[in-house]
Amino acid sequence: MKIRSLILYSFISSIFLFSLISIWKILSTLQGIDLKNFNFAIILSLGIGISLINLVIGDKLNNYVKSIVFASFFTLIDGFIIQNMPIWYNIGVFGIIIFYSFKIDKYNQKNLELEHSSQSVLFEFLTLFGIVLFSFVILFPFYMMIVTSFKTQAALLINPLDFSINFAQDIKELFKSYFVIFDTYKFGRYILISTFVSVGTVIITLIFAIPAAYAVARLNFFGKNFLSTSILIIYMFPAIVLVIPLYTVFSQLGLRNNVGGLLIVYTATTLPVAIYMLQGYFKSIPKELEEAAIMDKLNWFGIIIKIILPLSIPAISSVALYVFMIAWNEFLFSLMFLDNPNSFTLSRAIQYLSGDAETPRQYLMAGSVVVTIPVLFIFVYFEKYLVSGLTAGSVKG
Amino acid sequence: MSDTLSKIEKRTAYILLLPAVFLVFSIILFPIFANVWISFKEVGLKDIRIPEPRAKKIVKSIKDSSDEIKIIYKLRNSSLILDIRDVKFQDKIPKNVEPVNLDERCQFKSNIINCNFGNWKAKYKENFQIILKNKKGEKINKKEIKSIKPKLSGKSDNILLNTNFTLKNFKKVFFQNEFFDLLMTTFYYTFFGTIGSIVFGILAAQLVNQKFFGRTFMRSILLFPYVGPVVALAYTWELLLDPYSGTLNNLLLNFQVIQEPLNLLGQKYLTINFFGFDLKLRLALTTVIIFEIWRYFPLAFLFILARLQAVPKELYEAADVDGAGPVQKFVSITLPQITAVISILFMIRFIWNFNKFEDIFLLTGGASGTRTLPINVYEQGFTISDIGMGSAVSIVIVALLLVFMFVYFRLLGKRADEN
Repeated sequence: MKIRSLILYSFISSIFLFSLISIWKILSTLQGIDLKNFNFAIILSLGIGISLINLVIGDKLNNYVKSIVFASFFTLIDGFIIQNMPIWYNIGVFGIIIFYSFKIDKYNQKNLELEHSSQSVLFEFLTLFGIVLFSFVILFPFYMMIVTSFKTQAALLINPLDFSINFAQDIKELFKSYFVIFDTYKFGRYILISTFVSVGTVIITLIFAIPAAYAVARLNFFGKNFLSTSILIIYMFPAIVLVIPLYTVFSQLGLRNNVGGLLIVYTATTLPVAIYMLQGYFKSIPKELEEAAIMDKLNWFGIIIKIILPLSIPAISSVALYVFMIAWNEFLFSLMFLDNPNSFTLSRAIQYLSGDAETPRQYLMAGSVVVTIPVLFIFVYFEKYLVSGLTAGSVKG
Repeated sequence: MSDTLSKIEKRTAYILLLPAVFLVFSIILFPIFANVWISFKEVGLKDIRIPEPRAKKIVKSIKDSSDEIKIIYKLRNSSLILDIRDVKFQDKIPKNVEPVNLDERCQFKSNIINCNFGNWKAKYKENFQIILKNKKGEKINKKEIKSIKPKLSGKSDNILLNTNFTLKNFKKVFFQNEFFDLLMTTFYYTFFGTIGSIVFGILAAQLVNQKFFGRTFMRSILLFPYVGPVVALAYTWELLLDPYSGTLNNLLLNFQVIQEPLNLLGQKYLTINFFGFDLKLRLALTTVIIFEIWRYFPLAFLFILARLQAVPKELYEAADVDGAGPVQKFVSITLPQITAVISILFMIRFIWNFNKFEDIFLLTGGASGTRTLPINVYEQGFTISDIGMGSAVSIVIVALLLVFMFVYFRLLGKRADEN
């Protein structure tokens, strides 16, 4: 057995165990449990001990029996060090050790003697470590957003780490923040405006982009190459450099505080990427189909409606979803163009809410949940289309 | 024959393109050029309103006479800077009523009072008064008179259209605006944000490219920060990082990692003692960069993953036969396969991070050493209300962008040549 592999194996697996236990402790703390210490040294030595015993036992004991023995042993010691923990905490620890024992089960003395075994061990545990850490870091803010929206300011002042939700209380109390933002802050109206603006942007963008993309993909005309490059270059220019001239012109034309003005700007800013994405797809449609259509005396309009559109439903859907997402999430232009609370979009409304220092933070988070949920839902449901949209639209910040 | 066909084709192309090109031109290209124009002018936020003549109508009864009534018009020029020329005034009065001792600037003709007020200077104000008398000696209905609104019109210059130009804005941008500091902050933010998001993108892609339970689920959640609305995410982070009520600080205090709360978004420098040396860390800037990485590594991840999945399996199998370890496989197979994607990603992300406004604006508002060029555009234009300065900073951004894009397309062209 290589000594280097042995050390790496026991050390890295215990670090992994420590990180799992620590994350569990953090989450438990946020349920209002009084935990003060990660007990780094103790957990690490326990982990090293378990991983070494695992090597010694090897295949002599059934995997399940082994895991349960390890888990009970660890949970007992952990329970002895930090006493008076609720039972669910100990069950969680038990579960983590079961998971951990299954992960280290495949290592035995023979295994560690193989060539590159130390590297394999390293890679394997770093992968596990990475999965756990990445999920935690990404999901944690979303988790906090949701649980904060169910708390009250007073409860958070008493114990800023207690995010446990009391499901026993009245449903009206539980969803109080949501009732307040819909009643007092007119969020129902903002949802409608945001939906109207986003769906409107999608429709107008498609109406403008499909013919233009078809022309770029199929037809020959003077300045075609110039146009395709400028589409990309224009797309790189940020909203912030457009803001001042648009603000002045829109003020003078009376287009500020007007959802129509927002629609124009959103359409114009998403058009380049929509054209870029669509023309790439149109190019992949076999030309023979159109040649047959020309024989049948179909004009360009007919070709687009009868041949191109039905064949490019997937591409159009991904463009539509992508544009919807951009319009729904957009903030800068809605900040610049809207200052009348009657015409706010959701993003602008939340920013307006936060401008008042008196606003309790659970309202802010309830608003954030309301604006986030539709996008994440659409994303998860239509992931296939959206991912291809994101990849093709690549350059959008 | 074919000649006419190609002509038709050309014409169709132009027709199909026209709406899109027109819209993009007026909303994107025109403002970029307009920026150049405005940046050479001294314009404040309040100047962009076109001056209007305004009148507030107040109706008062006159003591001891029920058939007479007094109307006071509070006339003013809405602009504090610009004159209005040739102001015309018109108001209707009910039948049976006529004005008494009408001002000489005005004329009365069939229920309508027309006045010609001439030129109004900036800030002009006047209380203009008309006394009305009922011809039959009856009481005048005050409400009826009040319900009619006077009409005013006048000619004025649009400050944006005159031809007075100045270099003041650019002088201020470069010499009075802590320009160097601004530039350095922007580059720190852009560079480290880009590098960080690519490094984490590679790590995440490498992870998801392996087989494990819940892999598709993992791929979905990795993209959450990128697809979520920036407003919601920024405020959530702000709450997490708050020095007093924030979860992060309370957790760190609770587990005794730190002794005193850290104001992660409100403190410019953090001094760290490192082997006897005092290192000054730009704390708020670092936090903002971390948020940036958190939000944008998913894009890098998506690209690199797509590339990794296209790497032929045979390469790895051959490496296995040759007895290469995981590290060697990563260095000599994976890395060369993804360098092209990484360089494209670097350039795209660099340009976009350079332009990033919302994230910093929502997290710190540009305070505590996080003022980047885009934030400065907003600050100059809407906080200090100097539209001209804001435009001048925009021009600096556009100029730098053009340089980046030139480099980008040059490198892209080179790569295309090589392949």
